[in-house]
Amino acid sequence: MTRVLEAPPRHRPRPSRTTGQVPPPPPPPGGDDGPDGDPAPQWAVLDNVVLATIFFIGAEVMFFTGLIFSFWILRLAAPVWPPPLQPRLPLGVTGVNTLVLLASSVVMVAAGRALNAGDRGLAVRRLATAAGLGGLFLLVQGYEWVRLIRFGLTVSSGAYGATFYTLIGTHAVHVFGALVWLAVTLLLAARGRFADGGTAPFRACALFWHFVVALWPILYLSVYLL
Amino acid sequence: MSAISATAHAHTAHAAHHEVGFVRTYIFSTDHKMIARQFLFLGLFMMIIGGLLALMVRWELAWPETPVPGLGSILTETGGILEPSQYNMAFTMHATLMIFFVIMPILAGAFGNFCIPLMIGARDMAFPFLNMLSFWVAALSGVLMLSGFFVPGGHAAAGWTSYAPLSAVPEYTGTNWGQNLWCISLFVLGVSSMMGAINYITTIINMRAPGMKLFRMPLVVWSLFITAILLLLALPVLTSGVAMLLFDRTLGTNWFKPSGGGEPLLWQHLFWYFGHPEVYILILPAMGIASEILPVFARKPIFGYHAMAFSMIAIAFLSWVVYGHHMFVSGMNPALGMSFMVTTMIIAVPSAIKTFNWLGTLWGGRIQLKVPMLNALAFVWMFVIGGLSGIFMASTPVDIYIQDTYFIVAHIHYVVFGGSIFGAFAAIYYWFPKMFGRLTNTALGHLHFWPTFVFFNLTFFPMHIIGVGGQMRRIYNPLQYEFLQHQQHWNVFITYSALLLGLSQIPFVINFFWSLFAGQKAPLNPWNSNTLEWTAPSPPPHLNWGPTVPTVYRGPYEYTSPESREDFLPQSQPPLVRAGAARH
Repeated sequence: MTRVLEAPPRHRPRPSRTTGQVPPPPPPPGGDDGPDGDPAPQWAVLDNVVLATIFFIGAEVMFFTGLIFSFWILRLAAPVWPPPLQPRLPLGVTGVNTLVLLASSVVMVAAGRALNAGDRGLAVRRLATAAGLGGLFLLVQGYEWVRLIRFGLTVSSGAYGATFYTLIGTHAVHVFGALVWLAVTLLLAARGRFADGGTAPFRACALFWHFVVALWPILYLSVYLL
Repeated sequence: MSAISATAHAHTAHAAHHEVGFVRTYIFSTDHKMIARQFLFLGLFMMIIGGLLALMVRWELAWPETPVPGLGSILTETGGILEPSQYNMAFTMHATLMIFFVIMPILAGAFGNFCIPLMIGARDMAFPFLNMLSFWVAALSGVLMLSGFFVPGGHAAAGWTSYAPLSAVPEYTGTNWGQNLWCISLFVLGVSSMMGAINYITTIINMRAPGMKLFRMPLVVWSLFITAILLLLALPVLTSGVAMLLFDRTLGTNWFKPSGGGEPLLWQHLFWYFGHPEVYILILPAMGIASEILPVFARKPIFGYHAMAFSMIAIAFLSWVVYGHHMFVSGMNPALGMSFMVTTMIIAVPSAIKTFNWLGTLWGGRIQLKVPMLNALAFVWMFVIGGLSGIFMASTPVDIYIQDTYFIVAHIHYVVFGGSIFGAFAAIYYWFPKMFGRLTNTALGHLHFWPTFVFFNLTFFPMHIIGVGGQMRRIYNPLQYEFLQHQQHWNVFITYSALLLGLSQIPFVINFFWSLFAGQKAPLNPWNSNTLEWTAPSPPPHLNWGPTVPTVYRGPYEYTSPESREDFLPQSQPPLVRAGAARH
């Protein structure tokens, strides 16, 4: 059997790039009363996937708030911080690494511009650059972890080690997840999925990437600098 | 002007979709109605286990250290007598299962999935695949939770609140993998709830039918919308907490262990920062269900629709700033305790607005005492009693005396059983015809409701008395305390009532399964209700409606309207005389 009835499409009609013509409008989501008081269709302000990502980030913010507040409560209760006889965290390398991660966010914005301009090749190259910078960040972090463990800072060495590995590790897991999402988006972009202007999945991925990047300076400030 | 589907050449609704196999229809279904049924069965199954655990606890309290009937074959070493550690496990798991695997799956999972798309005129959720994933992740979490009963050392036994350091050090309760599985299961459940909540919010914001303004949405959809926001923002805090607890237990971190620089009180803060919004996650959908059912069976518009919606928003907002009232005796600064007391008492205002609006809805109505209505009325009465005892506890001077006593147990059961479970029963009886296409048996419904209502009160009301008399929660043997011995007859009375309350659920089980297979076929709109789900066939097919989704012209509670000859006026019925047409 063929599919004769479909759920309404989720996007407003977009001009076709080749002909410049607007296709006939599909039934839209949402609703309200029109100017004449009759029930009228209403376009969704944000695509479903972008809206869902915003709420997902809201949940993530609450998750990290729990972790960061717990870190501060333990830290403020400790008589000396960092505790004596514990290795110091690598400020300089991590500072440079912070810049690497921030740069990936800038490249992500540029990728979005390229996508909107219809330059698929440039967009894919920029997405790959952003992913590469994110991957570099993770590698440097991993290298630093190995060095810290060699110096004797482990997860069970008091509140200092526990908070460090839990907070930074949770962020690293998020960067890894965002990288996987970014890789999928990159593949979709390379296959021309966003060529018709329906860039909502890309925008959702970029939003989450910016969130993961924006989280890092807060953690760097809390855990490393202060 | 109505939204006509561009692909509106379907012949019938049944031919409207791909024929899919058994697995895709009944197991890995992406259809919101099938997922709702799956959540309902998950919740009802867990309710049996949670209820039996409660009866074990009651037996122990009435006749301490005597063999529990039926347990002799399981606990062979003691001949059926519950050991103290097993008693701890029983009350811990009773609360955990009832809260996370009964009320949340039934109210938020089943009725959230069923009601939201059907009542706002959407064909499905915004993300059907994510919806399916949400159920199966919840089911996995349930399996993890149940598997804890079979590991060496038994299941978690630190109470459903799992206060650290009792829960953080395996030696303290003697359970190792049980508590670990408890943490892992709740972590997984947090992921499931987040997926569900994101789906609900996106669907309600973006997928409403033409004309379905926010303030034309049925109140149950409003309540589920607010519940989803609370779920989305509260559960991650618990998720971070259980992750830290699990790390403390397995990796040797020191978040909650003072020996390594940790802070045990931190767990209480994290837990109750989640825990207080959680109690509103449990009660708000029941409030929405009552607001939906009362107008239908009073044949009157809901009293104060906007006040109802805004009071739910106010309750949700206030739920974030009252959590400290669970921790009055934890050594908190009295000034802080005072401010938590004041914010807690302020919650009584929106709750009272809702209660008086329910009474206003009933006032002068033509009340039909059908089974869903009886359960909804029971919700209102029991919620009032539970709410009033809540005000006693909110007051710090009183709380110092009644904290950790059976008064607290009575309060939570009045709001969670008397409130949420009666709300769930009301919803099951009300939507059963639409959900399964068959009517339930009225006689069996009455036979379920009346004994449940009577024995519920006989079980939980005396708990107020023994609580004020000083009986503590979570004690193994009340006879060990001289000052409790004179009220032991109350414990025996409560246990008899609880056993009868358990037996009263048998008509429900019979009714549910008999109606499922042999009930009378349900008409389109058995209750003469206004909302959109009653315009779809019973049960609604895949994608819910035929070629077009309904168009909404008015609010959901236009009962006994002068505009209509009948005593109801469906949301999707076009006005007979157009204001514009009459003028020309």
